[in-house]
This record gives sequence, C-alpha cells and structure tokens, in this order.
Amino acid sequence: MSTAAPAATSTREAFLPNWPRRFAFIALALYCLYAMSTLDITWDRFVRGLDQGAKFLDRLWPPNFAPDKLSLMSEGLLESVQIAILATAVGIVISIPIGLMSARNLVPVWVSWIGRVIIAIARSFHPMIVAILFVKAVGFGALAGILALIVSSIGFIAKLFAEAIEEMNMKQVEAVRATGASWLNVLFMGVIPQVVARFVGFSAYQLDSNLRNSTMVGIVGGGGIGATLFTAYQRFDYDFVMTILLAIIAIIMVSELLSSWLRKVFQ
Amino acid sequence: MSAGATTPAAPMATRIWERFTPQQRMGRFATYLVVVAAIVWSFRQIEIIPEFLYDAPQQSWDLFQRMWPIDWAYYPKGVHDALIETFHIATLGTLLALILGFPIALMAAKNITKSTTLNWIAQFLLVASRSVNSLIWALLFVAIFGPGAIAGVLAIGFRSIGFVGKLLAEAFEEARPGPIEALTSTGAPPLSILSKGYWPQVEPSFWSVALFRWDINIRESAILGLVGAGGIGVALDSALNNLYWDQVGLILLVIFAIVIVTEFVTSYVRGKII
Amino acid sequence: MGDTSADARSLVIKGLNKEYVAGKPILRDINLTIEGRGITAIIGPSGTGKSTLVRCINRLVNPTSGSILFQGQDMAKLSGLALRQARRKIGMVHQEYNLVERLSVMENVLSGRLGYVPAWKAWLRKFDPADIKKAFGLLDAVGLGDFATRRADQLSGGQRQRVGIARALMQDPDLILADEPTSSLDPKTSVEVMEIMVRLAGARNTPVVINIHNVDLAKRFSNRIIGMARGTVVFDGPPGDLKDHHLADIYGGESWMEAA
Repeated sequence: MSTAAPAATSTREAFLPNWPRRFAFIALALYCLYAMSTLDITWDRFVRGLDQGAKFLDRLWPPNFAPDKLSLMSEGLLESVQIAILATAVGIVISIPIGLMSARNLVPVWVSWIGRVIIAIARSFHPMIVAILFVKAVGFGALAGILALIVSSIGFIAKLFAEAIEEMNMKQVEAVRATGASWLNVLFMGVIPQVVARFVGFSAYQLDSNLRNSTMVGIVGGGGIGATLFTAYQRFDYDFVMTILLAIIAIIMVSELLSSWLRKVFQ
Repeated sequence: MSAGATTPAAPMATRIWERFTPQQRMGRFATYLVVVAAIVWSFRQIEIIPEFLYDAPQQSWDLFQRMWPIDWAYYPKGVHDALIETFHIATLGTLLALILGFPIALMAAKNITKSTTLNWIAQFLLVASRSVNSLIWALLFVAIFGPGAIAGVLAIGFRSIGFVGKLLAEAFEEARPGPIEALTSTGAPPLSILSKGYWPQVEPSFWSVALFRWDINIRESAILGLVGAGGIGVALDSALNNLYWDQVGLILLVIFAIVIVTEFVTSYVRGKII
Repeated sequence: MGDTSADARSLVIKGLNKEYVAGKPILRDINLTIEGRGITAIIGPSGTGKSTLVRCINRLVNPTSGSILFQGQDMAKLSGLALRQARRKIGMVHQEYNLVERLSVMENVLSGRLGYVPAWKAWLRKFDPADIKKAFGLLDAVGLGDFATRRADQLSGGQRQRVGIARALMQDPDLILADEPTSSLDPKTSVEVMEIMVRLAGARNTPVVINIHNVDLAKRFSNRIIGMARGTVVFDGPPGDLKDHHLADIYGGESWMEAA
C-alpha cells in the first residue's frame, strides 16, 4: 500500500496535539491560583480551620434527642413538608398552562414569548431572595415560603414541560389532527401521552427540590424547619443542629424513594 | 365469554380493552389517593393569616416604591468586588465538587464498583451532600472557618458533589459495554480500562454536567452571603438590615443580570463543545 | 516473542459446560483440541453456544465446569493478574468492532498494548516508539495507513473491523479469537475482512478460532470446521468433508439450503 521511502513512515504523526484543549486546561489552572489568592484562601487558614472543624464536629456529635427538642423539631419538619407539598401542587397546576403556552410547536410565536419570559423571570431569582420579598409582602410564616417555592417550581416545571413538548414527535400529533380532532382532543390524545412520563418525572424531582428548599426558607422567615435550625445555630446549640440535619437528610431520602416509585407507577 | 352466539361461525368473544392492568390501576389509584390526601392535609395545617394576605398588594407596592430609584452609585463601591467574589466562589466551588465527586461517582457506578456495600456508601454520601442545602452547608462552614469566601467555596463544593456525582455515576453506568469488553480481553489493567475505555465515553457528559452545575452555582453563590459566606449576598444582607431598599433594588438587578449572562455563556459553550 | 511452535499455541478444552440458567446448559461437555496453527471455524445456529464457547476461552464468560488449557495454564481457573497476563496473549476480534469511538484509530490500535504498559503511561500516551512503529506497520497492513489520527467513529464498518484486527495483532497474540467478525458487515466487506485476518494471522503463524454463521465464508477461509448444535459438537473435520446432511444435522431443516 505504501510506496513512500522508509524515512517518510518514521515522521508520521501518531497523535495530533489538541492545542485549544491544552490551552484551556492551563488557563483553568492559572485561574484557580489567581482566584484563590484573591479570595485569600491560603493553606494556613485552611489548616487552622481544620482544627476548628474538629472542635466543631465534636460539638455536633452526639445529636440532641431530648423530647422537647424533638417535638419542636417535628413541628417544624411537618410544616416544611406541608410547604413543599402545597408549593409543588399549586406549582404544577400553574405550570401546565404556562408550559403549554411556551411551546413553539403548539402556539403562535408571540404567545410563546410571553410564556418564556414568565419562565425566565421565575427562574432568575433564587428561592431565598423570592422568599425575602414575599415575607415583606405577606408577612412571616408558611405562606411566604409556599409562594416563593411556587415561583421556583414554575421556573423548573414549566420550562421542562415546554421543552418536552417541543421535543415530542410531531408526526404523532399530526396523525391525531388529521382525524379532525378538536385542539383539546389533539392535546389529550396526541400531546399528553408523549410527555406525561417525563412530566411526572420532573414533577417528582421538583417535589424533592421543594422539600430541600422548604427547609431553608425559614431562615428568612418563610416558615418550616429553617427557622428552628437557624435559631439553634445562632444559639450555638450545635448538637440540636445536627439532629435537625439528620432528620432533613432522612426525609429527603424517603422522598427520593417515593418519587422514584411514583415514576415507576406512571411509566 | 361470548354473548349468546348461535351461528355455526366461530363466535367472537367480547373482548374488553383495558388501558391498564388491575395492578397498574391499583397503583395509580393508590397514588392519586395519597397525593390528594397529602394536599388536603397540608392545606388544613398551614396557618394563613388573612390580614396579611389582604395587605399583600399594598405591601408589595410599597416595596417597589422604596426600591425605586435604584441606587446606581452604590455599584462600584459596594457591589462590584462582591460580584467578582461571587463568581470566584461559584467557579472554585464547582471545580472542588468535580474533583471530589469524581471518585465517589466511580464508587457509586454499579458497573465499575462491583461491591454493593461500596455502592450504597457512595450513594449515601451523594444523597447526604445534596439533601443539605448550600445555605446550610454555608452555615456549617462559617462556624468552622469563619465568615468569608472559604466558607462559601466549601459550601458550594460540598453541596454540588451530590449533583455532579449522581449524574456522573449515571453516565458511567450508561457507557457501552462493548469497548470495555474489548479492552478487558486484551488483558488491560483496571485503571487503563477506566482511562481508555470509560473516560472517553463519559467525557462529554462530564463537561455538560460541569457546565450545568456551574450555572446553578452562580445563582447559589449569590445568596450565600446572607449567612456570611462571602459574595454579593453579604452586600444584600447589609442592605436589607439597614433597610436601604434602593441598594437592595440595585443588587437584585445585578443578580438578575449575572443570571442572564451566565445563561448565554453556558448555552454558547455548550453549543461549541458538546 | 517466545515459542511460536504449534505446540506452544495449542488449546485443549476438556469437559466444558456452561449453564446461564441452572438446568439449561448452553454448552454440554465440550472436548476439543485445537492445534496451534491454522484457521478453525465454529458454525451452528444462533443460541447454540458457539459465542459462549469462544468467550469462555478468554473468560469473558465464566464456564460452569471444565478446563481450558492454554500455554500450560487452565484459563478457567485463573483470576486477577494471572488472568490479565494470560489474556494478553489472546487477541480478540469482536462482532460490533468494539472500538472506543471517541479515540483515534492509532489510540485504538495501541490499546492492544494496554496489558503491557503501565496505566499512567497509557493515560499520557507515552507509548514506546517501537510500539508506535509497529502500530503504523499494522495499519499499513490492513490498508488504513493514512487513518491513524482519525477518530474511530468517522470510519465505516469494514474499516472499523480492520482496526479491530490491527488491535488484536498488536498484542502479538499466540491465539486469535474472532466472535462473529463479519455479522455486521455487507457480503463484499465480509470477504475482505476475512481475507485480511486470515492472511495476517497466517503470516505470523497465529492460530485463529472463528465463530461464524456464514457457512460459505467458513468453508472458504478455514482449514477445520467445527459444527455445533444444541450445545455439543456434531461435526469436526476439514471443509471438504462438510456435506449437506451434516449441515442439516447442524442447522435443522432443509429449505434454507435449497439454491435460490
């Protein structure tokens, strides 16, 4: 096959160097050094911190299981769970029309823009910030937390719902349209069956996410266990903080199991 | 089964079409029941003080009025440096999460680590990491390292391990087994199979996850300052405490702007690389 | 390169059994001696265990019982480092080519040396220049000399299989296993690939065991045919001895043998 002189073979490139890639890695490494120095992250501080950390961990453990603390905690936890459930439920209900409205293959372009702007605004602000604003508007308590999480739920569910609709197979929808079905029927028989599995999937994920967020909107006054946690923290009741954290982790693990079961049921 | 056929031609049994099997229906019904019960229970327990609700529009309007006009002058003094700090916290935190999350992902991937115990331990670590909110991680690290960016970087890092680790583990599990088998049959050691068989397949997902998480972390880093972990949240916190609503307005606007910019950057990079 | 005599490369299989599900054996008491030279083709219907047999040899499948003697060791009993070292001497060509698609052709060929190169060197692509020269030589031999830096997923099926062959030969193997190497290829490419594989293995005196379902290719390229049916060997002999009644025994039914 090769008729070139032997010398030519020995100068063939075995590997092509990928310069953009190498450059990117070097840039990244340099950036890290720069950023760490700007933030005053020195080895010294880190080591001192580890020492502190050991003392801190000592105070976290063992967790405080005193009955009065437990009842205080369970009230807060229940409220957080309720906040999460209501926020997800209302969020789902509101997200459905907004998601439908944002799908470019279902509605005229100008309508989809309205929907997308709503979603973008809902997503831009961290639930904490939204919670702060709602606390100002409707006062301290669970309502502010619920409203804040409804906004963040819309940002997630409506966006993914719209994406799922845009990614669906239009041929199936056309087929249903061709039978002369009304818009609503096309929706139910052509669109919904294709997206429902994914919809359940990310709704379950959002429930999970709301549960996590509901545990901390309390820090700014939005109700739930966050307030209890923050108070304990400020009082240096670290062993109680630990108890609360363990309870939160446990609840979230349960909720993840539930949501994967939910997805299986609806597959 | 047939409904009274008397003709010599074979009678057709009345066939019933059911969309779901009985078990499925039970499952779905149970689910609906649980979901509705949960909603009703939550609704009844929540205390909503009606006066606050009626007051809300007035309060909201009042809030917007106080935020306007925006205090632009405050930007160079109080906001700009904090913004840069937020960026660093998000980026370093994401890198930390990638470095720490990678080995845990390997441990959690069932096709790479065969020991179920190790799988469970890794999964537990990943769940624990993402169950604890980045804000709470920040509280912990502020208690250990004191207020400042270190706490922020560690908080973001530790929180993101769960996210990055879970998605990476899934990417590993989805790797095609064919090339792995081919490398195994050449007698390659496990580390080489990892670097030459798994990694090339997983790499695009790795960068995609990294980019995705960095995007989210920019948002998260912005608020960590509320508990003292550095970044623009610190400015926000002091503005809120002092009730300087025009500064609050400025900061919110700046945060909104960063989020939009980050969105553009990530979708651009995503288009280029992946 | 070690002893390349036929004896040092022979394979003795004794009493090999494999059950994926208890009570339903796929391989029943297989006894075979494959001399260390020439091309041996295993034919038979799908599900009869030919793939299982071939994959037991390099332990991609673990036998339920029996022994596989190769180069003084029982492959069925090896594990860990010993197994890896034994596998280095057995090259394999796969049905779906099994290249690492995002790596270049050269990297795929060089991965045949992974059993000999420490992991860090492999990661940094610090291969011995002699290995690289050999890789180029093999690529030339399979007709892909200019393709070294192309990504594997840019190649056609036939080209990928040729890279697979080069990779197997890169190991300097004492035995080559081929598991349905042509099933994913069109008829013309199948012949080309078989031709290359047989020629290159022959030039190195390396025995080849091929699991193949195309009887014509088997007859054309091998010097010994083993026919399997229902988990046992029902025919063993040179291609010239393979008659229609043998094929009927192996595959069952006759209509498929009628000329179109």
